[in-house]
Amino acid sequence: MIYYTILFYVFAVLAVATAFYVVFAKNVIHSAFALFGTLFAVAGLFVLLNADFIAITQIMVYVGGILVLMIFGVMLTTKIADIDIHTKNLNRIPAILFSTGITVILIFILFTTKWNIKPQVQNQETVSQIGKLMLTTYLLPFEIASIVLLVALVGSAMYARKTK
Amino acid sequence: MLTQFGQVLIFMIIAAGFVAVAFIAARLIGPKLPSKGKNSTYECGEDTEGDTWLKFNVRYYVIALIFIIFDVEIVFLFPWAVVFKEMGLIAFIEMAIFLIILILGFVYAYAKGDLHWDKPRPVIPALDRQIFKSEI
Amino acid sequence: MPEWLIDILITLTKIVIVEGVILTAVAYSVYAERRVSAFTQNRIGPNRVGPAGLLQPLVDVVKLLMKEDIVPAKANRLVHALAPGISILVALSTFAVIPFGDKILLAGREIKLQIADVNIGILYILALVSLGVYGVTLSGWSSNSKYSLLGGLRSSAQMISYELSMGLAVLGVILINGSFELDTIVQNQFGWKWNIILQPIGFLTFLVSAFAETNRTPFDLPEAEQELVGGYHTEYSSMKFAMFFLAEYANVIVASSVITTLYLGGWQFPYLQTFGLPDMLVSILQVLAFCGKVFLMVLFFIWVRWTIPRFRYDQLMNLGWKAMLPLALANLVLTAIILTLFKT
Repeated sequence: MIYYTILFYVFAVLAVATAFYVVFAKNVIHSAFALFGTLFAVAGLFVLLNADFIAITQIMVYVGGILVLMIFGVMLTTKIADIDIHTKNLNRIPAILFSTGITVILIFILFTTKWNIKPQVQNQETVSQIGKLMLTTYLLPFEIASIVLLVALVGSAMYARKTK
Repeated sequence: MLTQFGQVLIFMIIAAGFVAVAFIAARLIGPKLPSKGKNSTYECGEDTEGDTWLKFNVRYYVIALIFIIFDVEIVFLFPWAVVFKEMGLIAFIEMAIFLIILILGFVYAYAKGDLHWDKPRPVIPALDRQIFKSEI
Repeated sequence: MPEWLIDILITLTKIVIVEGVILTAVAYSVYAERRVSAFTQNRIGPNRVGPAGLLQPLVDVVKLLMKEDIVPAKANRLVHALAPGISILVALSTFAVIPFGDKILLAGREIKLQIADVNIGILYILALVSLGVYGVTLSGWSSNSKYSLLGGLRSSAQMISYELSMGLAVLGVILINGSFELDTIVQNQFGWKWNIILQPIGFLTFLVSAFAETNRTPFDLPEAEQELVGGYHTEYSSMKFAMFFLAEYANVIVASSVITTLYLGGWQFPYLQTFGLPDMLVSILQVLAFCGKVFLMVLFFIWVRWTIPRFRYDQLMNLGWKAMLPLALANLVLTAIILTLFKT
């Protein structure tokens, strides 16, 4: 399983590195395109976890949909390059304290949690299992999801009409 | 033993290798004679005017917004479609509810004209005098 | 030799052969396009290099290799170089899941004529289709030219619009088969039960969406010469331009293979097994049947391009959202109703 480990680290490093670039890039479009790498690497991690349906969903919805929307949004704004991303109000000390606190908590959780390690399973069909669960155990959340989508559709349409 | 996705990855890597080889070959073989005129942005022989970033129609954004919602809907439909034959009537009824709610949204967007793309109405420049006067 | 090494070697051989065949096919579909267009317009077309001009693609490649690679001064060099690579990679990667034949027995071991039998094959294809937007958008943006940007933006809006009807059309096929595996879908289309007969509306929507996704006429708005010069590849030359060009034809071949697999019975040759031919011959005939179907679909793509004029942009968007999407939805609902009614 050595190549599995190598692949995991390749995807992980790619995800983290591009995520850093998203945050630090001066040009908004560069950020958007770096996000492409992040989302893609996360999809790769899902594949390594045998969660193939989620990986594909990640690519279809996030890379193929939401990121395109972001790029369109960026293209609609007039000022693209050299945007000063620093806020004027620099609360450096509280920010450092806060983020260090969160980091400490996360590391603490990382080392104290009893991780549920399962042996490597053979890649099997996940979609039909998801489908069955969706239509039986998790029926209500599933139907509610349709209402959420309806509200989102109506809301975005109204919002768009207002800006026209 | 390679997994199926591992084979896909190898396929992609070999394809990427081919692309890289083609690029490098072109770089080695092709001439390199850049000049100011050659490297300028194409605009029918004139210098480009103004910024590339024009103001775009907000419709593009609206289309992308509506697209995402339908995309998520389709993603929800995949697990349903694959178990449809096994589950029978229950699957049909449950999905009918899901679909009706979403078709409602589609009908709403359609009726309100959010899916409509306007026909372009080009403004034909009017001249105050005729350039080529007929000589009679 | 250990077992796993043989496995890897078989996979590698399959991959190299498939990619080689595809790239050759891509080069020759350019030649086919030129010959067919010449035939349509009562011209002769390329006929000088080799017999009947058959070596023309080779010469074209050499010519493009010898050209200077011009990068506009204002362009973003890295993204400018990356965009054509993404385009062709996305186009080629789709072939990794397409079955081009049944299993064959070679030296006592069973070899599947498909690179990777991913159990969510259709979803993989749809995901790659949704990635196709990026080659175009990136090139449009990175060239820093108005023509490129307009072409890129138009193209991305067009591609996402037709992606929906494509997804919905595919759902009809999944409903009938109850599987995402392309191999299973092909197996289920045994005999006359091709999905084009079971899913005529779905086939129509898929076909139209495929034309829109590959940016071919009548949907070639992104590169409408009359208004946008070259569209998103205005600022490209040399091998980078060639990559876009190859990607377009690779996409045509991909679309043809996917249509063949999903709707035209894949590698099935109706009732071939009943003739009692030797297994090896049957396998070869099936691969040939697949190639033949794909070839006819590619010819259809070319034929349409030289017959039908281009849509206006508002017509294109309205067709996608107001005609294709409801049609695909109706097809899905209809399929579900019929399957429920006639199940017992």
